[in-house]
Amino acid sequence: MTKVSSWTAGAAAPIDAARTSSDRRHINRLGLLVALGGITMLFAAFTSAYIVRSGGGDWAVLELPPVLWMSTALILASSLTLELARRAFQRGSLPSFRSWSAATAALGTGFLAGQYAAWLSLNEAGIYLQSHPKSSFFFVLTGVHAVHLLAGVLALLALFGLAAAGKLVPGRSDAPTLTAIYWHFVGGLWIYLLAVLSLLG
Amino acid sequence: MEHEKQGFVSKYIFSFDHKMIGKQYFTLAMSMGFIGGILAVLIRLQLGFPSQPWPFLENLFPVGMASGIMTPEFYVSLFTMHGTIMVFFLLSLLPVSGFGNFLIPLQIGARDMAFPFLNMLSFWTVVPGAIIIIISFFVEGGAAASGWTAYPPLSAIRSAIPGSDLGQTLWLVGMIFFVASFTMGGLNFVVTILNLRTKGLRMMRMPLTTWAQFVVGILGLLSFPALAAGALLLTFDRSLGTSFFLPAGIFIGDTLMPHEGGTPLLWQHLFWFLGHPEVYIIMLPAMGFTSDILATFCRRPIFGYRSMVYAIWAIGTLSFLVWGHHMFVSGMSPFLGSLFVVTTLAIAIPSAVKAFNWLFTIARARIQFTSASLFGLGVVSLFVTGGLTGIFLGTNAVDIQLHDTYFVVGHFHFIMAGAGLFGAFGAVYYWYPKMFGRMLSERLGKIHFWITFVAYYAVFFPMHYLGVSGMMRRIYDPNVYEFLQPLQPVNLFITISAFVLFAGQLIFIYNYFVSMRRGVPATANPWNSAGLEWSAPAHPGHGNWEGEIPPAHRWPYDYSEPGKKRDFTPQWEA
Repeated sequence: MTKVSSWTAGAAAPIDAARTSSDRRHINRLGLLVALGGITMLFAAFTSAYIVRSGGGDWAVLELPPVLWMSTALILASSLTLELARRAFQRGSLPSFRSWSAATAALGTGFLAGQYAAWLSLNEAGIYLQSHPKSSFFFVLTGVHAVHLLAGVLALLALFGLAAAGKLVPGRSDAPTLTAIYWHFVGGLWIYLLAVLSLLG
Repeated sequence: MEHEKQGFVSKYIFSFDHKMIGKQYFTLAMSMGFIGGILAVLIRLQLGFPSQPWPFLENLFPVGMASGIMTPEFYVSLFTMHGTIMVFFLLSLLPVSGFGNFLIPLQIGARDMAFPFLNMLSFWTVVPGAIIIIISFFVEGGAAASGWTAYPPLSAIRSAIPGSDLGQTLWLVGMIFFVASFTMGGLNFVVTILNLRTKGLRMMRMPLTTWAQFVVGILGLLSFPALAAGALLLTFDRSLGTSFFLPAGIFIGDTLMPHEGGTPLLWQHLFWFLGHPEVYIIMLPAMGFTSDILATFCRRPIFGYRSMVYAIWAIGTLSFLVWGHHMFVSGMSPFLGSLFVVTTLAIAIPSAVKAFNWLFTIARARIQFTSASLFGLGVVSLFVTGGLTGIFLGTNAVDIQLHDTYFVVGHFHFIMAGAGLFGAFGAVYYWYPKMFGRMLSERLGKIHFWITFVAYYAVFFPMHYLGVSGMMRRIYDPNVYEFLQPLQPVNLFITISAFVLFAGQLIFIYNYFVSMRRGVPATANPWNSAGLEWSAPAHPGHGNWEGEIPPAHRWPYDYSEPGKKRDFTPQWEA
């Protein structure tokens, strides 16, 4: 990606508009931050809808399933392991990077399982998506968040693929950092949603 | 030439080149605009000749035009889809996705966008959206029929009207594709402009077109997610029995709906939080084009460049604070309404800054009347007309009288649709030489301008009178009310003018496609423009400049400097 292409050199290959690899790194990180801004607005819209709707007469209190605390612990731990993975990568220790990121993917999957368990426990208590507005928001918010976390798990799997193909070069590749930024964001998003669901209405 | 070796698929279909992607958007947007225009003609057909049979139309729409007479359900679908297609698939895609992709790298001196693959992906995400929207006309029940704003309960209860069923579902799916594509595009705009400017091109040396696209990228990224959230909640209400937007006590026929507690107002808040910035997503690029075009053809530096940039930012920022002015009569708190009046009228200030700066740029200039500059002047005219009626509607006391009448239809067809469209036309006439290496026919261009300009005023100006006289927006047959019957001649006049307006656009389409092959070959800088994009070859290849990217030594508006042989100094010359 570092090659500075001129328009005569292999027009079929995509032209990388960045001049140097540090430009490319900066561009990718900025792109990610801008995308996170969009995701933030998505959840800001859900939050404002939540607040407006919670003023309605049929708003009911929802006891949050205790399993959520377990999934919260898992996602906090996963941010820690991914940070360890990222630092291992920066040190150039690929085996350590691989094991820590495998741990992260496992913890992330555990989080998703925990969220699913929370859904099931609500269903067992007779609470479904359409039961009342708070339950509707609970399923929508946790569901949309889970989709974003799933994207993070897929990104981790893609990192494995890149590492296995020898395409992750410490000092050159920025993909682990990008994945970590996204992962921490989605983790923080969950803490935020938990606060909204337990403190507001 | 190396370029010729590219396969057809990688060059014309899954291209990574920002210019080809821009042109793909042009083709898509113009096709959609053509369809949207046909829908408008059908709408006017009904209003000009209420319930008159047109047997030949039965072949195309066997249900909607059974025995040639338009059904009310079909009419409702027509204006819904006309609005949807025009707002999103023409007026957003052409100036923003089309010209944004085509122009940003050329104007800032970059070889391509920051994320070429994402760019390609963004185009191929909007294509299925467009196809789904078109297909929805031919499904059971017809296309969506709840207006382009998709207000519940009409949009939320599947059995409300025929279009509320599958048609509305397809509308939502199509819009989700559109939102996904448009946010990817906005991300690309912002990152590209921040990172890939050539040497010497400080932000305050950028052309106003690029400034507009930059703010538009931010607006899209911040506002479209709200529509995505609303669309998701609406889908749940439609299909999974939730009650986000649906209150208790709705009867469809004799059936009581199971919903309770929801509020349709919530959808309106979410929709207009997108919907109002969307108006400026359409309008800001047109303002940018107009600034670039007027400066070039007046041979004048744009007046008040700095204030133009600040005005773009002010309009962009305020656009997030005014959505409630669409809801003065929706049952929103009147106190909140007064706040929205203040923010809305505040937009008049930066808008007036722009209008006066254009006027000062034009004043006493020896304008070269090309097709592009005519359309640029058209933008100023339409913008002022539409802006003034906006002050009426932005004031809640007046809006209560005028809301949902043809006054509103006239207003937004001037300010958003008209000024946006004229800006896009001007931009096509101006940048066509860089797009295809050939010139458009100026003669046809001027004919196109005059027909469009006169017919545009003939169609939309009388609508203000219809509105003040009480003719409701979206009405299928105004003659059911006795007090509206005397207005029928005005409606007939508008309808005939609308046919002329539509026919005038055929000239443009002919000019656009025929000039690609037969137009006079263009030089690299046919208008003697000072902007950086004109330093690229007449028909730039992938990568835009053959050698080094030229640096920017100055701003792009150095026209008619006294004491110089030429009346302009290009941005790329020291």
